[in-house]
Amino acid sequence: MRITNEIRKEMNDTKKYNPDKVIIAENLTKKFGHFKAVDNISFEVEKGEIFGFLGANGAGKTTAMRMLCGLSIPTSGKGTVAGYDISSQTELVKKNIGYMSQKFSLYDDLKVWENIELFAGIYGMKDNEIKVKTDELMQILNFEEERDKLVGSLPLGFKQKLAFSVSIFHNPKVVFLDEPTGGVDPITRRQFWELIYDATTRGITVFVTTHYMDEAEYCNRVSIMVDGRIEALDSPKNLKKQYNAMNMDEVFQQLARESTRKAD
Amino acid sequence: MPIIQIILFGFALTTEVKDTQVAVLAPTNDEVSTRIIEKLNASAYFHVVEKIHNTTDIQLVFRDAKAKLVVVFEDHFSEKLHHTGKAHIQLIADATDPNAATSFTFYASNIIASYQQELMADSKNPYQIIPEVKMLYNPQMVGAFNFVPGVLGMILILICAMMTSIAIVREKEMGTMEILLVSPMKPIYIILSKITPYFVLSCVNFTTTILLSVFVLKVPIVGSLASLIVVSLLYIFLSLSVGLLVSTLTDSQQAAMLISGMGFMIPVMMLSGMIFPIENMPVALQWLSNIVPARWYISAVKAIMIEGLGITSVLKEVAIMILMIVVLITISLKKFKIRLE
Repeated sequence: MRITNEIRKEMNDTKKYNPDKVIIAENLTKKFGHFKAVDNISFEVEKGEIFGFLGANGAGKTTAMRMLCGLSIPTSGKGTVAGYDISSQTELVKKNIGYMSQKFSLYDDLKVWENIELFAGIYGMKDNEIKVKTDELMQILNFEEERDKLVGSLPLGFKQKLAFSVSIFHNPKVVFLDEPTGGVDPITRRQFWELIYDATTRGITVFVTTHYMDEAEYCNRVSIMVDGRIEALDSPKNLKKQYNAMNMDEVFQQLARESTRKAD
Repeated sequence: MPIIQIILFGFALTTEVKDTQVAVLAPTNDEVSTRIIEKLNASAYFHVVEKIHNTTDIQLVFRDAKAKLVVVFEDHFSEKLHHTGKAHIQLIADATDPNAATSFTFYASNIIASYQQELMADSKNPYQIIPEVKMLYNPQMVGAFNFVPGVLGMILILICAMMTSIAIVREKEMGTMEILLVSPMKPIYIILSKITPYFVLSCVNFTTTILLSVFVLKVPIVGSLASLIVVSLLYIFLSLSVGLLVSTLTDSQQAAMLISGMGFMIPVMMLSGMIFPIENMPVALQWLSNIVPARWYISAVKAIMIEGLGITSVLKEVAIMILMIVVLITISLKKFKIRLE
């Protein structure tokens, strides 16, 4: 009974939901005591978009992302991800998103295919579907030889690609990437972004936080957070024009200078 | 640490006999028996807490843990001593803890012997008070009787608390916990699936320890096996919830290891009554020992396994363990939620 209700609810929600607006945040605020980690932010992300979420350490990026992932309930304000409310429908939100953390977290002591199977299983995928898709993925990534290797023995670049592929393995509507390219060389980073572009052609929306300003240029649109607020939001091209800057780094520097918060 | 250790070892954790509770059975309240009871009571070692009037009460005294030693005088003790120059005294000790039992009877015999000397000095008649030692529950004074419950208490908490907390904290450290939390799996299932292997492992460990102690160390299970299992399962749950709490409090494997190692292993060894009798500790430490889960488990196991008492006589221990589980789980869940906020 519960399950059919859930499906019915899901169907109702899908009717109302505008499929082009995959993430909607309206006045999202998160307070910890008196401290406003995220202060009244609003934005929308469209389907298939690569949305860059920039900000210095401690600006509130992670907190905002945790709210969108259903890990943290907003103090006030509203938000929907993939059409589901982030305060009341966290379960459904979680089913429809993928997540990759800055640690490329996979189980080091499991083999490549075991990691895929584990996470796909957690998202409720069927065994034969997993098998077919794993074969496909190994081919695309050129990973056939590594299939039976332990993840712990793989180089960082491999792990990162694998972690990303695992995070979109269950075909989520949105994938959240939390500083996905930390510690890897520029060539690997370039290859990684190719994977991201591939994902968007499959209709997956990408929400990415990063420290690398050259990566910000790859995004369709970029928001810059300072002290819990979104100070700028536009395409990299428009932002550069607006701030009269050569590159995104300059834009970021100009905005970050206004910060009164200490980075942690 | 060294300060705590020297205080603990030098002062508190002694196997010395001090103010041990004694019950006496003196059928005829005569002069000599009264004098001996006074002597015992006056010494720093013993404290006479109860006078019983019936041999069947001896069992009760031990069961209710009112006394560790029962001194039984024979009928017409004074009369016999004066007329025949000989009288018997029986010292009955609870030998589930053989070390303590030996000390108790040894000290008591000495006191009686010195009183005999006094009597001899006063008169020309040769008086002879013959103490007869009886070790209850463990007549062969097998050490295993004492350490099997202790080892059970220690192994289970080590496996459960230490390994569970490390396993969960490891996921946090690796970042995989975050991935699991973002997945549609409910946090409670994540925790349950982390705990299950250690629960199974603990059950296996419990079974092997019991089998080994019964068949190799020849420690009998006098009481019912069912109640022993119930109490042990309860203790395993308790230890798992301890591990869960540790995992919510710490963020690194080292910290989890330190907390479970220092925080649980030392108290379990020192304060659970496994090595050092709780009765001889200063009041502050006796209080502290109340919050050591192993203390209650060990005492329940001793009662069921060695003394053969039913589950009804360890209700207090069972209740305390249940209470501890409830408290620990509540705190962990609260902590876990806060982290999710």
